[in-house]
Amino acid sequence: MLAYTLKRLLAGVVTVVFIATATFAAMHAVPGDPLTSGKARSAEIRANLKARYGLDQPVLVQYGVFLKNMAKGDFGISFTQQNRSVNDIIREHFPISATLGVLSLLFATLGGIVLGSVTARFRGRWADRSTLFFVVLGISVPGFVFAALAQFGVLALNRSAGTTVLPVAGWGGFRFMLLPALTLGLGTLAFLTRLMRSSLLEIVNQDYVRTARAKGLPPWRIFLAHQLRNGILPVVTLLGPALAAITTGGFVVESVFAIPGLGRYFVQAVQQLDYTVIMGLTVFYGAFLVVMVIAVDIVYGFVDPRIRVATEEQ
Amino acid sequence: MSGPGATGEAAGAAVGGAAARPIPPRALGPEDFASAPRTDAVARSSRPSLSYWKDAWIRLRRNRQATISLLIICGLVLFTVVGPALWRIDPNRPELSRISEPPRWDTRAEVLAEPPPFGETVLADVPPSLTADGAMLPSPASLELIGRATVESVRLRWAPVPGAAGYLVYRSTSRPGGDYLGLPMGEVAAGNVVSFEDAFNLEPRTYWYSVVATNGAESHAAATIEVTLTPGISLVDAKVIDPTAKPGDFVSRPLRPFGTDFLGRDVLARLMSGARVSLFIGFAAPLVYTLLGILLGGIAGYFGGKVDHWVMRFTDFVLALPFLLFMILFKVAFGSGPGESGIGPMLVAMIVLAWTGAARLTRGQVLQLREQEFVQASRLLGARPTYLILRHLLPNTLGVILVSLTFAIPSAIFAEAFLSFIGMGVAPPTASWGSMCNDGIKTFLVYPHEFLFPAAAISVTVLAFNLLGDGLRDALDPRMRSVE
Repeated sequence: MLAYTLKRLLAGVVTVVFIATATFAAMHAVPGDPLTSGKARSAEIRANLKARYGLDQPVLVQYGVFLKNMAKGDFGISFTQQNRSVNDIIREHFPISATLGVLSLLFATLGGIVLGSVTARFRGRWADRSTLFFVVLGISVPGFVFAALAQFGVLALNRSAGTTVLPVAGWGGFRFMLLPALTLGLGTLAFLTRLMRSSLLEIVNQDYVRTARAKGLPPWRIFLAHQLRNGILPVVTLLGPALAAITTGGFVVESVFAIPGLGRYFVQAVQQLDYTVIMGLTVFYGAFLVVMVIAVDIVYGFVDPRIRVATEEQ
Repeated sequence: MSGPGATGEAAGAAVGGAAARPIPPRALGPEDFASAPRTDAVARSSRPSLSYWKDAWIRLRRNRQATISLLIICGLVLFTVVGPALWRIDPNRPELSRISEPPRWDTRAEVLAEPPPFGETVLADVPPSLTADGAMLPSPASLELIGRATVESVRLRWAPVPGAAGYLVYRSTSRPGGDYLGLPMGEVAAGNVVSFEDAFNLEPRTYWYSVVATNGAESHAAATIEVTLTPGISLVDAKVIDPTAKPGDFVSRPLRPFGTDFLGRDVLARLMSGARVSLFIGFAAPLVYTLLGILLGGIAGYFGGKVDHWVMRFTDFVLALPFLLFMILFKVAFGSGPGESGIGPMLVAMIVLAWTGAARLTRGQVLQLREQEFVQASRLLGARPTYLILRHLLPNTLGVILVSLTFAIPSAIFAEAFLSFIGMGVAPPTASWGSMCNDGIKTFLVYPHEFLFPAAAISVTVLAFNLLGDGLRDALDPRMRSVE
């Protein structure tokens, strides 16, 4: 198990370096540099600034310096936000994105498991069909449409109630998180529902389920102990990538609901070609994704002994 | 071959007929025992053999959701291809006199007389400002309209409130309730000025105007009046259509069945040209990256060993890139010059990032098929690689690939809409459904049609493709069907 974990971590480090390289290459392929935009500067000042930020060095040298600093966990200082280090930006705004992400993933997972179980249980019946249709609808409607409609609904609710039942936008306590988290999790919820349903339906005719039924276990017991526990495995595998996708994909919801998350900084940084912020955020998100996938694989080994055996034999 | 089956069927039919309607007993003669003449009627009565694709097509047709989706998609393609030829309106031409008009079928508009210059009603016998003592003021009495309320101007007049230092005028599009009076339209900063003109973005609808007297204290009672505006067109704008137009005439304006956007551009025309962008990316990107994926995955699966190892390692790396972040980054990196639409870079970015799914799928399929008996037999008989690939491997992976392609289309449409929505997609004035949503969401509460039409277009299209994909998967993969 330890050897497996180490091997995976090593592969993860290689992946992160690859991500960093790809980002670096793509970023430098964009014409101009962070100092191009904004104020008009004299050639002398430009040269000084370039020297200050190390932009006068050959690209390969810059790349080397970046890798060295990245290994130390230092992503440098933002070009556009004076005296603010990338690490600070991440430290300050990532928790917001992560809170939102975790909350919406929680909602998506619970909802997905419950709805998936319901549809599998009532397969082919009215409850199944209507849920499935809404699930496809949930996959088909873009997040920003949901966000706008949700805001509109809350506004109407507030107006009819005469007070602020729920805030329409902004960031604060749980009341602020509710709407964006629901909106953000809806797509994943729909996806997990389908996954859960098909996984449960594959199990429903397995021998061990028939055995459990034959020995007279009550249906809820069969469902909880035999079907759910096995049917949930594919959902578990997807939690890592789903969390990463939700956290990185949150910027539409963040922008609609005016939430000061990390996504906004990325879009801004790309527009202003803020080298250090782009690099820092991409590498951070890439590493986050890699770690999540590895973590889930390890957890998966605990949940499903068959997989643990297979990896140990490798 | 077909003999026993056919007799069995015939026997079954006879039994079935007997069960339904008893045949009266009769004496059997020798003619009953004569052997039946050999015709090919027997062969014809058995089902014609169906190819895999024909069978899949029949199953797809039987799926109501998938059939409707297919029709919707065909309709969309028609909308995109034929639509602009029928609806010849430039999607990028702004018309500043018709900004944010909601959908309306009635094209006739009354030419409104130029309203006379507005003079504030100043009462000489009321002092302009009384000392604020913080007392609650009553609502202004006898709030009424001056003249006709038209989309050109709404003029209000009210009786002075003793002790008022000024008045606030609010406008609401719904009946005010609770504390909510609507948008603050303006403030009259003297207690003896008791009139107000509103000419801001008026629409032919009903408004509720509320007037509140102020004296520095917080909130006071409001007087509210319900005003329904006469639709119409200003004389200046009418003269452009018909130079002889006079106030009171009716002129016919070009139809805007889906309304206009914040620059007065026709929403229907923009939806059509936006559909071209969205569907082009939706079809072209998945097609190219699926082909690329088939190629790479096929190579990896077919050759195996070192090639497989390195191709799949590379695939894993690309897969590890955060998709949306890199979409944005690559879109910018592949750059678009001024005046370009930005579709090209978006396409390239998507292709570079999204081929991995198809590659993994193809590789898995090829690895499986490679070891199957019919492929091995073919190889044993001396089939060359090209023949093996074209004849055995490719046709057998096609079903799965097709299904993944149908699901790739909506995700590509999504990705385009997402990018355009955050303003990193197509460059203005090019319309795409995503950029129209981005423009529309800013005024969603006031002019919902600008957001709802493109949002509905995206949702319906993606829904149709998803349902079609579900149907195709059921039709092409009988194993999945048993699970459903």
